[in-house]
Amino acid sequence: MSQKPSKGIPSPRDSRRDFLKQSAVLTGIALTPKAAITAAENQWDEKLADAIEKIPLNIEINGIQKSLSVEPRVTLLDLLREQLNLTGTKKGCDYGQCGACTVHVNGKRVLSCLTLAVMHDGEKVTTIEGLAKGDELHPMQEAFIKHDGFQCGYCTSGQIMSAVACIREGHAGSETEIREFMSGNLCRCGAYPNIVDAIVEVKKQGKNI
Amino acid sequence: MIQFQYTRATQPKAAVDAVTKEKNSMFIAGGTNLVDLMKRGITVPQRLVDINRLPLKDIKKEGSSLRIGALALNSQVAENKMVLQSHPLLAQALNAGASAQIRNMATVGGNMLQRTRCPYFYDTTMPCNKRQPGTGCGALEGYNRMHAIFGFSDRCIAVHPSDMSVALMALDASVLVTGPSGDRRIPFADFHRLPGDRPDIDTTLRPGELITAVDVPDSPFTKNVHYLKVRDRASYAFALVSVAAALDIKKNRIEGARLAMGGVAHKPWRLAEAEKFLVGKPVSEATFTEAANIAMQGAKAFKHNAFKLRLAPNSIVQALKTAAKLV
Repeated sequence: MSQKPSKGIPSPRDSRRDFLKQSAVLTGIALTPKAAITAAENQWDEKLADAIEKIPLNIEINGIQKSLSVEPRVTLLDLLREQLNLTGTKKGCDYGQCGACTVHVNGKRVLSCLTLAVMHDGEKVTTIEGLAKGDELHPMQEAFIKHDGFQCGYCTSGQIMSAVACIREGHAGSETEIREFMSGNLCRCGAYPNIVDAIVEVKKQGKNI
Repeated sequence: MIQFQYTRATQPKAAVDAVTKEKNSMFIAGGTNLVDLMKRGITVPQRLVDINRLPLKDIKKEGSSLRIGALALNSQVAENKMVLQSHPLLAQALNAGASAQIRNMATVGGNMLQRTRCPYFYDTTMPCNKRQPGTGCGALEGYNRMHAIFGFSDRCIAVHPSDMSVALMALDASVLVTGPSGDRRIPFADFHRLPGDRPDIDTTLRPGELITAVDVPDSPFTKNVHYLKVRDRASYAFALVSVAAALDIKKNRIEGARLAMGGVAHKPWRLAEAEKFLVGKPVSEATFTEAANIAMQGAKAFKHNAFKLRLAPNSIVQALKTAAKLV
């Protein structure tokens, strides 16, 4: 077989039948339905294997170009956390209701849980890990610390990514506008007044963030 | 999440061919509704055709209409200068919908195609004729506070959650589509369906058809407009009731009126009779109250949403007053 044995991941060039056979060996019969193996042996496996097949993905994460291979069903959030170990981006609800997974794609804030990683081939992603310059925190990170913009911290990376975008978009003109344009980021500890204070301060600094 | 095949299309025709060729294929654009539904196992496509690279993002003047590409993002449309100048009602409605992050992902075409839905649609342990035809409607005798007061059937009482669509309905937009048997134009009023006995079908799109653009015709409704959205929290919640109101006022007299409501029916709900009544009348709260009474004819509530029978007319009056700058 031609697969890379260390990972057990076939390249798209490898035969699907081989992949299924190999999967059976790697995971054991208990995890591979007998029907799938039979299908593989008889080359009935097109549909099944197509679905399992990984797709090449070239994506820039925090300034670093990555050449990856992902299943179509992997969300951008799961790619970041599970495959790239960038766990700063949080999985809150995983259904687009809380904003904890907010990242920037091509400079726009989006919910990484509601988008498939393969949809972002050739695009640039910035996560909370890409905000600071080395040991120098981003002004918004400094402001969140100064103003106590969090308690448990779980929503914080999403809040900060969203807050940075809120100012860049020009939607931080007043406290009312900030509250409206930050409404997609929920904080169950209720740190909202302090989050708004942090954003107001960074906005007032007038720096090019 | 379920497994599926994935392909990317670069031209509309290729995208249409790809979904037509294989059964159970769907287009994916922003994904904000579809990915959610797939994670929950409610929508189970075997193949997704990614249309994000199709050249359908432009917003441009086309004859006496503004043509908005189907893949223009909700946030881009809401901030577009031509939209703000000629269709401020649409910009207001877009900004009332979802959150800043979702508006950066959701496209115009996708916004229209988000499912008409309710909590019973999402709860796979409950009956739902929309999710699984023939299983019954959990909401009919269940907790139906968010549900319809117009146009429902005994199969489904869910409401369409799009704010953008309420404005497009009021502005007499039309939907441009391309499909296996060519291009056609669908008046916005005919785009979404009432549930009838097929609540599993939300729109009149035919299999394989792809939305390419929305045309919003020029109109005098550029100054006296208001989109009012009443919801359980100040932002980022579906409407209990929303009203798109547009008036053409000359010398304190109403020359033209457009009214549509969201949160009250399976589709954006146009208030045509109230519009007719308003034309020729003086701008006054009494006029607006009478229009609201006309608009509410035929409304019927369920156990938990009777409050909408008062909230809706009050919202109509408030939206009209704000549009007319009486408040």
